[in-house]
Amino acid sequence: MQFDPKEFLDFTFTWRGVLIGAIVTTLLIAVIAQVLGVLLGLLAALAGRSRNLVLKGISGLYVWVFRGTPVLVQIVLLYYGLPSLLGIDPFPQRYGNLPELIGGAFLAATLALGVNEGAYMSEIIRAGILSVDSGQAEAAKSLGMTPRKTMSRIVLPQAMRVIIPPLGNEFNNMLKTTSLASVVGVTELLLLAENRYGGTFKPFEPLLGICVYYLAMTTIWGLIQGRIEKRLGAGLNRNEADEGFWSRLTGVGRRMGPSGGAR
Amino acid sequence: MTGHIHQTDVAVGHDLLDAIGGAATASTAVVVDAQHVDKWFGKLHVLQDVSLQVKRQEVVVVLGPSGSGKTTFIRCVNHLEKIQGGRIYVNGHLIGYREVDGKLVEDKEANIARQRQEIGMVFQRFNLFPHKTALENIIEAPTQVRGMPQAEALEIGKALLTRVGLAAKADSYPAQLSGGQQQRVAIARALAMKPALMLFDEPTSALDPEMIGEVLEVMKELAREGMTMIVVTHEMGFAKEVADRVVMMDEGVVVEEGTPEHFFANPTHERTKSFLSKIL
Repeated sequence: MQFDPKEFLDFTFTWRGVLIGAIVTTLLIAVIAQVLGVLLGLLAALAGRSRNLVLKGISGLYVWVFRGTPVLVQIVLLYYGLPSLLGIDPFPQRYGNLPELIGGAFLAATLALGVNEGAYMSEIIRAGILSVDSGQAEAAKSLGMTPRKTMSRIVLPQAMRVIIPPLGNEFNNMLKTTSLASVVGVTELLLLAENRYGGTFKPFEPLLGICVYYLAMTTIWGLIQGRIEKRLGAGLNRNEADEGFWSRLTGVGRRMGPSGGAR
Repeated sequence: MTGHIHQTDVAVGHDLLDAIGGAATASTAVVVDAQHVDKWFGKLHVLQDVSLQVKRQEVVVVLGPSGSGKTTFIRCVNHLEKIQGGRIYVNGHLIGYREVDGKLVEDKEANIARQRQEIGMVFQRFNLFPHKTALENIIEAPTQVRGMPQAEALEIGKALLTRVGLAAKADSYPAQLSGGQQQRVAIARALAMKPALMLFDEPTSALDPEMIGEVLEVMKELAREGMTMIVVTHEMGFAKEVADRVVMMDEGVVVEEGTPEHFFANPTHERTKSFLSKIL
């Protein structure tokens, strides 16, 4: 067995600019893609409930295609396929004065991850909306509220209780799925490690090192998620949100299975 | 269900309508004019040629066995249910539809929403918004739909809560209230829109017996103050005491209607007699 502790420690805990850059890139991709996913998912879920058959069809097609094809293929297709299709490159190495970090590959990967995520979020949001008792919408309507007001002020706020826990799991997933961006040359954590062992021929140490960072990110997110869910459960006389931190982290003793996370 | 009215110590104040600055004036003498309404659920003909008129300040109680179409009927009055034939007018406005070449075409959502502002509805299962306090439940529609300033809505909301005996519960969430309290908040919520008509869909059926009285008290007060009401209920005591007219429905048809005196003393129709014998 060959393990070089010095190499591991040096890669993992020496605060080089490239390491910080990779961490920032990873977090940026995850956050932007997740936000995009939530917005697209909301639009798709609402369109899917529309009386308008065209909107409904577009929503169904979107979810069907993006859940039914690999996200890795979607990233590559967008980054390499789109320029050849269009004849122009929408993903150049740099965009004018923007920092180098936010280049074409970053944009393509983030976009693909976000659009893919939207398809999953659409199903989660749809389930959340369906979980709200139909009497709530009827009461709102009977008070003269328009469908839009009924949705935004009465139904969606209540659906949040059902949406937030799987949304948290989705973001946990997203933090790790960012590693796929390495295939189009985004220097996030995985590509950083690959670049390292390309020179040292010691792959284990840097790969173990980035696992430390992924674990740190998902652990901190788990803490934040617990806070959010606890707050969400307040005043509603239910105890679904009082799972301990450790059971959330390890899955031991969970009452509800993590939903929406399986890929 | 025995139907007797419970005495309660609930301090139901007077002048529910004063709290909202007086009742909305119905512009017509006939507030509800339902003409030959037909409705199907699939192949089931749930409303068959139902016609009913409700005059201003009149309280009409609709009775009937479950499945008779009485709940469906009042849900049609504010277009929570579509109808396939006939017309329903409230305050002279055709509800839920436009007439194009003699045919009914469903109206735009915005227009339907506007029509519903005039029609308060109280549900069997209360349907308070659980993420809002009692007071927030009441001011939601006035501020969001009518564009009433927050301060004015709060004032009206507090006044209404006082009149239904729940001033102390303004900041409570629905889950912290008993069923009877929730239903009283729900009545206040509907009243806050200053409706010209109130629909009650079995408002006491989901309540524990000891809470029925406090809700009926509020409804009686409202009736005394001259609110136009259609009440679907099994509370015979309420019907006898408060109704101007009782309507009996069975299998989607209005079987019989009349004053409570006539209705309970001399029902003419066989089905009315058998229904009353089961329920009284």
